[in-house]
Amino acid sequence: MVEKNCMKLEFLSKSSNESFARVVVAAFASQLDPTIEELSDIKTAVSEGVTNAIIHGYEYGEGIVIVETTIENNIIEITIEDHGKGIADINKAMEPFYTSKPDLERSGMGFTVMETFMDDLTVESHVNKGTKIKMTKMFKSLSNRE
Amino acid sequence: MQLSTDIVNDYLVVELKGELDHHTSEDARKKIEQYYYNNNLLNIILDLSQLKFMDSSGIGLVMGRYKNCKERNGNLLIVSTSPYVNKILKMSGLMKIIKVYSTIDEAIKG
Repeated sequence: MVEKNCMKLEFLSKSSNESFARVVVAAFASQLDPTIEELSDIKTAVSEGVTNAIIHGYEYGEGIVIVETTIENNIIEITIEDHGKGIADINKAMEPFYTSKPDLERSGMGFTVMETFMDDLTVESHVNKGTKIKMTKMFKSLSNRE
Repeated sequence: MQLSTDIVNDYLVVELKGELDHHTSEDARKKIEQYYYNNNLLNIILDLSQLKFMDSSGIGLVMGRYKNCKERNGNLLIVSTSPYVNKILKMSGLMKIIKVYSTIDEAIKG
């Protein structure tokens, strides 16, 4: 069993920080000794969440993105929060291929990727206040060993 | 991310190395479109086999180049051997409309 551990990361909403955020979360998650595939899934989901905060939350303006990660036993919980414009219609935003910015060559697959690569995803958003997404994943590699 | 291009027959062959995310995809799009239109080409092969990371921004890049090629009645082909890249390609449904090959030679031979 892995003892509870947590970390908090705050950074400016710059696209160059997308790789920084996913690498830091992956490094933290490594304490759970995940498989390469599990680690890759987490990196992809974090990248999607942080990209959403930068493009949609702050619309390329300057703001702070907060990433918190908790690990306990074989479960990782990741929250990605911004204090940007918020999402008016969460259900619409989560539809596959829907994008509010079609001119930017976005695929509209961000939430679908997060839902697929993680076990659970919840989105909390308030217009003009911000968005907080919470994702969890159970490391099967660890549960198989115990 | 590193991007290199080559022209083989009437294919623009684009090799992408490193990490393809929102930060790097816009620069990749500009470079690919510049080579594609300046050389008046029909078809594109995107070689994703040396990518270490790709998220849905990569899906957007592939979808955009698919549209570029279709507008000229050309074809977009993908070379990919990475299970992680293939996982996201498959999830997006792109594998249903775009052929994926293991090597550039295979893609050119069809």
